[in-house]
Amino acid sequence: MNIVALFKLVPDLVEELEIDGNGTALNMDFLRLIINEFDDHAIEQAILLKERGGAQVSILGPDIEGVEDVLYTAASKGADRLIKLTGDFQGKANNHAMARAVTSALKELQPDLILTGVQANTDLDGSLGPLLAEYLDMPYVGYVSGVKVADGKVITRKEYPGGLVAEMEIKLPAVLGIQAAEQPPRYIAVAKVRQAMKTATIEVRTLAESDLSGGSTIRRMFKPEAGTRAEMIEGSAEEVTTRLLDIFKEIGVL
Amino acid sequence: MPQMTDESVRAGSTREDDISFYEKVLAAAPNGEQLRLCLECGNCSGICPFGYLMTYPPSRLIAMLRADRFNKVLETDTVWMCVSCYACTAVCPSKIPLTFGLMTSVKEELLLAGNVPAELQTALANSQRYGNPQGESPRKRADWANGIQPEVKIMGKVKQPVDVLWFVGDYPSYHPRVQSTTKALAKVLNALGVDFGILGPDESSDGDSQRLAGERGLFEMLAEKNGKVFSKYQFNRIITTDPHAYNAIKNEYPRLGISYPVQHFTEYLVEHLEQLTPLLKHEVKAKVTYHDPCYLGRANGIFDQPRALLEAIPGVELVEMAHNHANSLCCGGGGGGMWLDGFQWEKAHVRMSDWRVREAVTSGASILAVACPYETPRFEDAVKSLNGSGPLIVKDIAELLAESLG
Repeated sequence: MNIVALFKLVPDLVEELEIDGNGTALNMDFLRLIINEFDDHAIEQAILLKERGGAQVSILGPDIEGVEDVLYTAASKGADRLIKLTGDFQGKANNHAMARAVTSALKELQPDLILTGVQANTDLDGSLGPLLAEYLDMPYVGYVSGVKVADGKVITRKEYPGGLVAEMEIKLPAVLGIQAAEQPPRYIAVAKVRQAMKTATIEVRTLAESDLSGGSTIRRMFKPEAGTRAEMIEGSAEEVTTRLLDIFKEIGVL
Repeated sequence: MPQMTDESVRAGSTREDDISFYEKVLAAAPNGEQLRLCLECGNCSGICPFGYLMTYPPSRLIAMLRADRFNKVLETDTVWMCVSCYACTAVCPSKIPLTFGLMTSVKEELLLAGNVPAELQTALANSQRYGNPQGESPRKRADWANGIQPEVKIMGKVKQPVDVLWFVGDYPSYHPRVQSTTKALAKVLNALGVDFGILGPDESSDGDSQRLAGERGLFEMLAEKNGKVFSKYQFNRIITTDPHAYNAIKNEYPRLGISYPVQHFTEYLVEHLEQLTPLLKHEVKAKVTYHDPCYLGRANGIFDQPRALLEAIPGVELVEMAHNHANSLCCGGGGGGMWLDGFQWEKAHVRMSDWRVREAVTSGASILAVACPYETPRFEDAVKSLNGSGPLIVKDIAELLAESLG
């Protein structure tokens, strides 16, 4: 069984975000990138499936700052192939473009199962999973928090709002959007990652030029702005309650 | 039990992986060879504050190694109760480096095998990525110093030599309660006219507690980062807020080729006591008891300097708790304990800091003085949760000195 986990690197929100001079993007000068948390779960789920039933696990990610750390860490968890994708992932890149560009690299791996995080904080034009499924002509299930493999099929645990869970059977090959792995992503000792850096190889695939069509265009990016509709009521408790009662009467709820 | 030759009993095991583990323990600390001389007296397990909860406290670990049954140990998780408090090492008549050698090596094995409590993983992952266990932004490491006058020099900004490089540390930099200690120490240093600087965003965790929690690779990574930064700047000595940082820079960094003269701030201030004493004008009229931090006292023999500072404060009457000096009780924060509160509570249903705070109350003191950044929040939490400890105030020595400066 061939499992491919595809990840994105997103701004690390440990820093406070700033808007760049043009007002249409984040100021990336001091932001570091980190693996999208849901993609980290997708990698963990791929490794769990391998440990349970055997599989060849390939990990793919865009060749930008931080990609090698993620790949080597995945190797120390048990991933077999590490692939970084070179192409245009900065600037205006969007999920439509990424999904289209990565299609041929994915086909070449002949995956039975493609796992990717169900969402990312940079998804401005929908999440990656359904777009991949569309371009690869495969079925897609998102919000998955458990995967069982059986006879050319997978049974997924899909989460719905309100605590509902559905078990769905899907024919392979398929794309899954992982909400949570069956266990939290494991910690790998630094010594093990350093070992992987010495022994594991990272393959490189060059992606076709970006086709941005279908994505959204950012006209203005801004921080939440304080509205003017709120009235701050000041004074003693009695004054405040009197004013509140007046307001309730004015707007007709009393 | 398998047949063993005399040789294998001495080496601890007949199994190849166990031998290599035995060898690893021997090599893990200076005097590691002492492990061969275990008398099986059991003092280590008896003095261990959480020994009663461990499937394999130190003496039983050694017995398991000798009996070729170390694999059994890897199936258990109670070694994570060890807070590296150094009590076992201090009482061992054979002078076996039980904390740095045995217990830390066992944690390393568990960590490599993936047998790590989840909350500890978070602290380790944060240390790896952000250089601090709390997962705070490295860019904000010097934010505590905003507004302090005269301005605290950040080495990367001022680009000038200083006399004293102050290694501030993780909790003193970021923890809201401990920041008050940090500001107090800045005030004391400024009052003395010390020419000092800090590393700010360039500083990474000292890594000592991560090392004692079994993450040696992470410790080395952090030490190398700090070593590189130290070599960029000119200074005569390093002082630390944190005894763990002091221990790392003094005893562990030199083994990685990073050697600088280092003092805990209490050591440094005592050297300037003649100059400091006339500045301590305001009375702190209170009975004060002092808690010896494990890595200042037991592990590094600094007992008198913190007490000398407290006694220099007018009005302070120093009283001792039942456990003091080398016999001090641990606050529970070392060796990863800071990041294992939930795990340890599940096993113990008690906190070491509770025991210590009860002792402080019994001593009749109204102030519990500390000298380690782990302790203020831990003891304050204990004070909040224990009946009858209400009036006890927890203060770092730096805070008491700053108060007395007025």
